[in-house]
Amino acid sequence: MTQALLALAGNQNSGKTTLFNVLTGSNQHVGNFPGVTVEKKVGQIKALKEAALVDLPGIYSLSPYTNEEIVTRDFILKERPQLIINIVDATNIERNLYLTLQLMELQVPMIIALNMMDEVIQSGNSIDTERLSKQLGVEIIPISAAHKQGINELIRAIKKMLKQPQAIPKPDFCTGEVHRALHAIAHIIEDHAKQNEYPLRFAATKLVEGDQVMQEALRLHEDDIHIIEEIVRSMEHALATDREAALADMRYSYIEAICKDSVCKLQETYSQQRSERIDRWLTHKYLGIPIFIGIMLTIFYITFSIVGGVLQEWLETGIEAFSEQFSLLLSNMHVSTWLHELLINGVCSGVGSVLSFLPIIVILFFFLSLLEDSGYMARVAFVMDRSLRKIGLSGRSFVPMLIGFGCSVPAIMATRTLSSERDRKMTILLTPFMSCSAKLPIYGMITAAFFPNHAAIILVSVYLLGILVAIISGFLLKKTVFQGECVPFVMELPAYRIPAAKSVILHMWDKAKDFLHRAFTVIFVASILIWFLQSFDWQLHYLNDSSQSILASIGSMLAQILAPLGFNDWRAATALISGITAKESVVSTLSVLTQGNDVMLTQTLPQIFTPLSAYSFLAFTVLYMPCIAAFAATKRELGSWREALLTAAYQTTAAYIVALLIYQIGSLFL
Amino acid sequence: MTLDQIKPGNGGTITAVRGEGALRRRLLDMGLTPKTKVLVKKTAPMGDPIELALRGYMLSIRKEDAANIEIEVTVDDTSTAGISG
Repeated sequence: MTQALLALAGNQNSGKTTLFNVLTGSNQHVGNFPGVTVEKKVGQIKALKEAALVDLPGIYSLSPYTNEEIVTRDFILKERPQLIINIVDATNIERNLYLTLQLMELQVPMIIALNMMDEVIQSGNSIDTERLSKQLGVEIIPISAAHKQGINELIRAIKKMLKQPQAIPKPDFCTGEVHRALHAIAHIIEDHAKQNEYPLRFAATKLVEGDQVMQEALRLHEDDIHIIEEIVRSMEHALATDREAALADMRYSYIEAICKDSVCKLQETYSQQRSERIDRWLTHKYLGIPIFIGIMLTIFYITFSIVGGVLQEWLETGIEAFSEQFSLLLSNMHVSTWLHELLINGVCSGVGSVLSFLPIIVILFFFLSLLEDSGYMARVAFVMDRSLRKIGLSGRSFVPMLIGFGCSVPAIMATRTLSSERDRKMTILLTPFMSCSAKLPIYGMITAAFFPNHAAIILVSVYLLGILVAIISGFLLKKTVFQGECVPFVMELPAYRIPAAKSVILHMWDKAKDFLHRAFTVIFVASILIWFLQSFDWQLHYLNDSSQSILASIGSMLAQILAPLGFNDWRAATALISGITAKESVVSTLSVLTQGNDVMLTQTLPQIFTPLSAYSFLAFTVLYMPCIAAFAATKRELGSWREALLTAAYQTTAAYIVALLIYQIGSLFL
Repeated sequence: MTLDQIKPGNGGTITAVRGEGALRRRLLDMGLTPKTKVLVKKTAPMGDPIELALRGYMLSIRKEDAANIEIEVTVDDTSTAGISG
């Protein structure tokens, strides 16, 4: 039996993900829609094995302006699901039905899952679902996804609908002038719509709205376009409004009319009242920002100091023990030295050092999903928006950037929740400038050796330098690469809700899986590559002394390029390269190459650096391309090698320029 | 009067939504259509954006975008936006 294809569509914050998780369990697969970095989740409905359910992005409309909206539209038009499950938030029904009306135009069989009905009833309000269903001509099943109510009824309705599909009635919300214009246009484009397989009503409505994408897709003649524009102009004239407002107004008027009959809202629901009380504090004029900072500090403290730190240590110990045993085993098996070294020093230590990040990532994503699912993330965007606007970003980018101070990997992964692709790309590029915690050992090493009495001020200056470069980059990028209209900041502040445990756990699991997948692919290969470069010379002789290695000779070449920055030394250059595997290895590489240990570094480092060039080296390490794990995350989130490489190139160039300025200008004074 | 000039706690009825392109469409899609009643709930700590109540939910928009929305102020009308106090 062929699988039926079902689509789950609805507004953001309507409980769509919760319903998806309830329907599919953990039986889901995450990917991207082709060509864009919009997440596509596919799952199998537990009680309905023959059906695949696609979770479409949370959207408010089917306008052609955002990727999410275009993806949804294309998916329904091209993949032709047998059934759309439209989830509608009953506590916010007017705005939710606005999307419903547009989905109905696509003429695909549909069921409305009216979510959060329990809340409506508990608050003393009511919705006459039977009546509403008759008015819309679509079956409505009242549910509560969070409390798993009405799910069986929903599944039964889905089964019935799959057996006997009910056609969607053409929504008759259009009146007067718009109705006339729609009919006239439908008449003109009938053949084109049929040829290109578009539902006639949808195509005609989109043309009335002036939708460019639809106009091109229908391949209309010049003459037809002229006539259509003429029809629309006379409609606009008669209504004394423009085309987009005319349709939005008409949809909402229709919704208001049917809601008047079937929705009885006497008061705000319980959670809406609660939200207002919570927001008295969380978006308070003076307390809003301090509370936000407090929450973030707590999350950081728990993640990095308490839980994450301990777990990370355990994992490191475990990995070490494993390598030891494995190494013993290899010795017993008498494998050749180079293979032994490859497996232990290349693979185990490379992948191992990256794996030790796993606990931190999982815990951070635990907190991030709490922030996101509770509705607080929208408040953060509201409170912090102004601070990022000057560099062309919105408040939504604030949290990923802040997490960047802990670790760039989860920070970059967290950009997934940004609704605008432009914002997402820019945030991914700027986040690594927030100095991550793995760079602290480098700062410790340099300050101990060169600035023992000014450690604090050097440390602060380094962090500020990263932020400053991010701000300048933001300005530059806004004026160049990321020009053009940004996605408007028009954001719902949803009612606070208690996050569903299942959603939080699934989210953590997703991110962990994602990270592990990368650890064993991109990072695995990169570790082997770096090990190879470190262990062989150009004649491919296996070396015991890495100073003769390919890496060292690349280091010497690089040293010449880096000379204007003040560190014309192959050891510094080599350390920077190995820092790409993980930032801490800058320290270990320097200590190996100067034949010292960490303690002696204080004495050996002055062979390589002067205080000024040491500071320039610090500046370079803050800014240059992030570690391979962060790079792999960048590639994953940008969805393109080219863009990921350009991002790394930009970061490294910025590092070069800043370090150059510091050294050259500094040399004039010192 | 435009929506950005309304003090928190006050509201009115939308008479026109100006502007163009994605922003305007977005405002309309979110329910900021003519004849809709809107209440300005509060201003963000840094003075911008603002929080609105309309059609029974809360929406946040920036002041520069709110300047596109013409509004007719209704006096002491806190219960009009579908959000009763």
